[in-house]
Amino acid sequence: MALKMVKGSIDRMFDKNLQDLVRGIRNHKEDEAKYISQCIDEIKQELKQDNIAVKANAVCKLTYLQMLGYDISWAAFNIIEVMSASKFTFKRIGYLAASQCFHEGTDVIMLTTNQIRKDLSSPSQYDTGVALTGLSCFVTPDLARDLANDIMTLMSHTKPYIRKKAVLIMYKVFLKYPESLRPAFPRLKEKLEDPDPGVQSAAVNVICELARRNPKNYLSLAPLFFKLMTSSTNNWVLIKIIKLFGALTPLEPRLGKKLIEPLTNLIHSTSAMSLLYECVNTVIAVLISLSSGMPNHSASIQLCVQKLRILIEDSDQNLKYLGLLAMSKILRTHPKSVQAHKDLVLQCLDDKDESIRLRALDLLYGMVSKKNLMEIVKKLMTHVDKAEGTTYRDELLTKIIDICSQSNYQHITNFEWYISILVELTRLEGTRHGHLIAAQMLDVAIRVKAIRRFAVSQMSALLDSAHLVASSTQRSGICEVLYAAAWICGEFSEHLQEPQQTLEAMLRPKVTTLPGHIQAVYVQNVVKLYAAILQQKERAADTQAAQEVTQLLVEQLPQFVQSADLEAQERASCILQLVKHVQKLQARDVPVAEEVSALFAGELNPVAPKAQKKVPVPEGLDLDAWINEPLSDSESEDEKPKAIFHDEEPRHAKQRPPEADEQELARRREARKQEQANNPFYIKSSPSPQKRYQDAPGVDHIPVVQIDLSVPLKVPGMPMSDQYVKLEEERRHRQRLEKDKRKRKKRERERRGARRHSSLHTESDEDITPAQRVDIVTEEMPENALPSDEDDKDPNDPYRALDIDLDKPLADSEKLPVQKHRDAETSKSPERQDIAVVEKKSKKPKRKEKKHKEKEREKKKKEAEKGVDLDFWLSTTPPAATPAPEEPGVNAAVASPKEEQEEPRGEEQDAAEDGEQDLEKKPSKHKKKKHKKDKEERSKDQKKSKKRAPPREGEAEPVENGALDEEPLPPMSSYSLLAENSYIKMTYDVQGSLQKDSQVTVSVVLENQSSSFLKNMELNVLDSLNARLARPEGSSVHDGVPVPFQLPPGISNEAQFVFTIQSIVTAQKLKGTLSFIAKNDEGSTHEKLDFKLHFTCTSYLVTTPCYSDAFAKLLESGDLSMSSVKVDGISMSFQNLLAKICFHHHFSVVERVDSCASMYSRSIQGHHVCLLVKKGEKSVSVDGKCSDSTLLSNVLEEMKETLAKC
Amino acid sequence: MIKAILIFNNHGKPRFSKFYQPYSEDTQWQIIRETFHLVSKRDENVCNFLEGGLLIGESDNKLIYRHYATLYFVFCVDSSESELGILDLIQVFVKTLDKCFENICELDLIFHVDKVPNILAEMVMGGMVLETNMNEIVTQIDAQNKLEKSEAGLVGAPARAVSAVKNMNLPEIPRNINIGDISIKVPNLPSFK
Repeated sequence: MALKMVKGSIDRMFDKNLQDLVRGIRNHKEDEAKYISQCIDEIKQELKQDNIAVKANAVCKLTYLQMLGYDISWAAFNIIEVMSASKFTFKRIGYLAASQCFHEGTDVIMLTTNQIRKDLSSPSQYDTGVALTGLSCFVTPDLARDLANDIMTLMSHTKPYIRKKAVLIMYKVFLKYPESLRPAFPRLKEKLEDPDPGVQSAAVNVICELARRNPKNYLSLAPLFFKLMTSSTNNWVLIKIIKLFGALTPLEPRLGKKLIEPLTNLIHSTSAMSLLYECVNTVIAVLISLSSGMPNHSASIQLCVQKLRILIEDSDQNLKYLGLLAMSKILRTHPKSVQAHKDLVLQCLDDKDESIRLRALDLLYGMVSKKNLMEIVKKLMTHVDKAEGTTYRDELLTKIIDICSQSNYQHITNFEWYISILVELTRLEGTRHGHLIAAQMLDVAIRVKAIRRFAVSQMSALLDSAHLVASSTQRSGICEVLYAAAWICGEFSEHLQEPQQTLEAMLRPKVTTLPGHIQAVYVQNVVKLYAAILQQKERAADTQAAQEVTQLLVEQLPQFVQSADLEAQERASCILQLVKHVQKLQARDVPVAEEVSALFAGELNPVAPKAQKKVPVPEGLDLDAWINEPLSDSESEDEKPKAIFHDEEPRHAKQRPPEADEQELARRREARKQEQANNPFYIKSSPSPQKRYQDAPGVDHIPVVQIDLSVPLKVPGMPMSDQYVKLEEERRHRQRLEKDKRKRKKRERERRGARRHSSLHTESDEDITPAQRVDIVTEEMPENALPSDEDDKDPNDPYRALDIDLDKPLADSEKLPVQKHRDAETSKSPERQDIAVVEKKSKKPKRKEKKHKEKEREKKKKEAEKGVDLDFWLSTTPPAATPAPEEPGVNAAVASPKEEQEEPRGEEQDAAEDGEQDLEKKPSKHKKKKHKKDKEERSKDQKKSKKRAPPREGEAEPVENGALDEEPLPPMSSYSLLAENSYIKMTYDVQGSLQKDSQVTVSVVLENQSSSFLKNMELNVLDSLNARLARPEGSSVHDGVPVPFQLPPGISNEAQFVFTIQSIVTAQKLKGTLSFIAKNDEGSTHEKLDFKLHFTCTSYLVTTPCYSDAFAKLLESGDLSMSSVKVDGISMSFQNLLAKICFHHHFSVVERVDSCASMYSRSIQGHHVCLLVKKGEKSVSVDGKCSDSTLLSNVLEEMKETLAKC
Repeated sequence: MIKAILIFNNHGKPRFSKFYQPYSEDTQWQIIRETFHLVSKRDENVCNFLEGGLLIGESDNKLIYRHYATLYFVFCVDSSESELGILDLIQVFVKTLDKCFENICELDLIFHVDKVPNILAEMVMGGMVLETNMNEIVTQIDAQNKLEKSEAGLVGAPARAVSAVKNMNLPEIPRNINIGDISIKVPNLPSFK
């Protein structure tokens, strides 16, 4: 056997391996393709052999060839063979090849399911790892469904290496199989607090990615993330969390308020630029989401802008780029604060780096005003001339148009200037944005009535020189402007000086080389021009000339009749007949001009972009109803025609129940949207936002400045926009003089009363009256248009499927599919699911409906609960402002309805009614409204569900694990007073982390209570044998640790200090001093504040979730010592009591039955602490078990103190 | 999410590519070429970000790249990634390669390109950042190499001998195409934990 293997491998050594292949390709530079095809033939031979090593080698080479761009999908089956090799070496090659070339369309992929499952449960962690990595690249919906449960099990694997991979891949599974999200979510959430930083980071990563797409479902996680943010030191995790908060704040402004302080602290304290940048970004998002009600608002903006300025001024181009990027976000809401840095932005515009110039361009948008628009655009125009790449130039072009047209041409004072800018832009070579320029020309000409004469003259010039624009095919983009030019000249032909000339220009043979749709417009507008000329000539009684024009048309139009474009052809032939008819009439000396121009009488009004969409649906029209009943969908019924008359009918009736319930409607709506998206004939709304208009009624009152005749109305050839800059300056100067005069006059006759409209704004900028009014012909909207700005979401967006409410409890039907023949041997905890599935299968389908309603009800309840929890968390004051411990009274008041409402879940159905009433009493107003609406519907449900005698299954089952009904608690009120004097107030909190077994972090919030500036703060403690302050390297035990910030008056900030603890079983106190320099107007003084830092045993405990089975094992093991306490005179509800213990003593509820609960926690050095809490009439008893008896008794003592306060 | 990771040299020759979204081979090839054209045009001392919306699907995509002597390392990412963070990740990636190949040069990437995906798999999985701690990455890679060696055992010996013979004429190829100074760092960006 061994001999055979050796022999096989000797054969093998003459096969090409990957290195040989690479070498060969390099040696055949001239005929590479031929060489490779030879190699592929060899590989095909190798794949036919039985030896797996040969196959693996072949697949390895194929993977390389794939990277060179060769299709290797033909070898998919061989790849699967190599994947199933027993050796890790080959398996890895196989999975790598699969990850490179498998995708959803690969048909053999379904053969891999069992192999992957086997590898996932392999005892070797690397087999599992390789399978997970491979799967992450080619997971399909089928694979995701079949393997979801296996992967979920791996999330609790003993090895962190597997855990983190399993957690990460869940995201891909969710994407492909959205149903798995809800069942898997509790465990994913748990992993946020995994002891391994890699796993934690992976969980944060996944949740952030999920939340980015559907943020509202993850709002309830905010408290948890907040806790992570304040405790984590891993920059990757912090960045992700901070980015996540950026996505959440727009949904919940109160969250923003809570965030601003810790974020500003981070900005002040961090040295990592990446973190700083993300903090600034999120602060910006917060500021955007907040209305301007915040007092510290402007300070935060200033801080951001100031930090960004530092970034932009940095010599590092990367920071400069990011600074500009973030600045543009501030610009949207706080343009004023950015405008102050105009110099910087203009400077960046000249940067040699294109990415930076583009970002600076974005910012320019907010920098313009009436005053400087011309100047800035002039600068941009010089850039346009200089720019070498088309991308950048195109970007410049769109930006110029954006800047000028923003908020309804607000900044343009002289439209002649704008038109000439547009005309100048048409001279750009090879731009793709001809249509943009055209749209602007049309828009301006239509909406600014005063400019039409000028526009027409320019456009006719443009038409005249059309050969310049349309000469080469390379300029195809720009010829779009001819579309606009032709239309404007035709529509406003009354303004034309030389209509005849323009007409001739439009009939040149060259025109037929233009794109079809432009030709069509030409044809149409030729007639408009013709009508105008006819009228002019007839009025002058010049029949000769009129007939000549007609003759010209009859001669020239046939070239359009032969056009390849149908539209142009059709219009041309139609019009040719018309003109021929006119010719006949003219021959008989009949006046025709009136009739021809009647063809184009009336004015065309612009229609708002969304007008069509906003037409309200008339009452009584149901768009979802069938016009005709659809034919029965199953074709097989055709085979038995007899049935149609008898059996079919009732079935038809069933197909459309008269009252479709909400879900059904939603589903149908979804289906319809889907259909619309796929229907090419369905007109979708254009994405352009609806413009807002200045109120225009005052047009008559505002003195429209007569167009100054010094402005050349008819500029020969192409105009130079620069001329306008000068002219404009003169005009403004004159205007100012005039205004001054008028003002003086006005003062004389003050009784004229208050001026309507604030045309005299305080800012000098507003004083500049535009030369022409944007006489806003408001775009037409249908009457009673709906103001909705409904989402223009893409219905095909894969992330939409993941828009799932995660807070409602799991229904049995939602469990992940499990392979039945497998027994879950790996870990006992997920077993519940297996049982659930069996249960589900034994159930009869009839009950499904009932269960569904049940689910709905519960969902509503949960929703309300969630609202309250989050409200509660958000309503607590920010930590540093009032770090005093929470008042129990408030806590009880808010939490009590929650409890009452939770109770009925475990009781008889009737009790649910009470719970509902409680819901109605809820303080939060918006919820209340919603509930009232739901009430009727629900009471209906209730009646139905009352008939069902036994309560739903799983009810008797105690709420387990805390994962399902875990409620976020205010994490920050654990701060307690450390010391205080007239200068400063210190509050602190001690936190341990499972990752460092002998360290705790003390977070101290320092609040400056004086009017002095505090600096050079230094904290020092007297180390004990047991506890030591971690000092910077090289400093002695007597040196203090400097506080990394200074405190201006009234400001507070948080500093963190790390202490090393030897033994954690007893509590202890450390004496310390804070020294600082207080500086005020009179001078500076050295000050000191002594304090005593109290390390309780509780502070060494870290909240760790625990499964009930693991908990039971722990208790059975008998390694734990026991102790107990009892406290009398407690009136607080049990729910709140547990919450208090969880919060103050870092425990988590393992299981709760009625008024008895088991709880678990772990110390940073790995002691298990188990509690059994029982509530009697007026007393509470706590039995504890712990691996260290001293620790236990100390913890219980501390707990007694807390409980005594209740 | 990371959409793609590309490595090519100064002449646009791809040395390694990994796409986290399925594309046909032709499209992949085209993307690499386009990316090269975009990136190679840029000066040495400009910023490392490029808006590459045209390239891979959505418009919020960005190219983040670093240039080490003869090689470009390009990551295409969407807006959920931190720009500076990815720059740092590239640094970690190159440093890890350097450690695994012992003074990496372009030739290593040419002849041992099959090892690169295995290294990358420990850092990025399915487009998401898996691990950023270099020591942890190297530990896992070493452990897997050890496993591989133990599997080869007796059977692998002849093959190893042959490849040693084959490689004897390797020194003809100059080994000085070094990747150069790997310790190029963005100032003010402390390395991640």
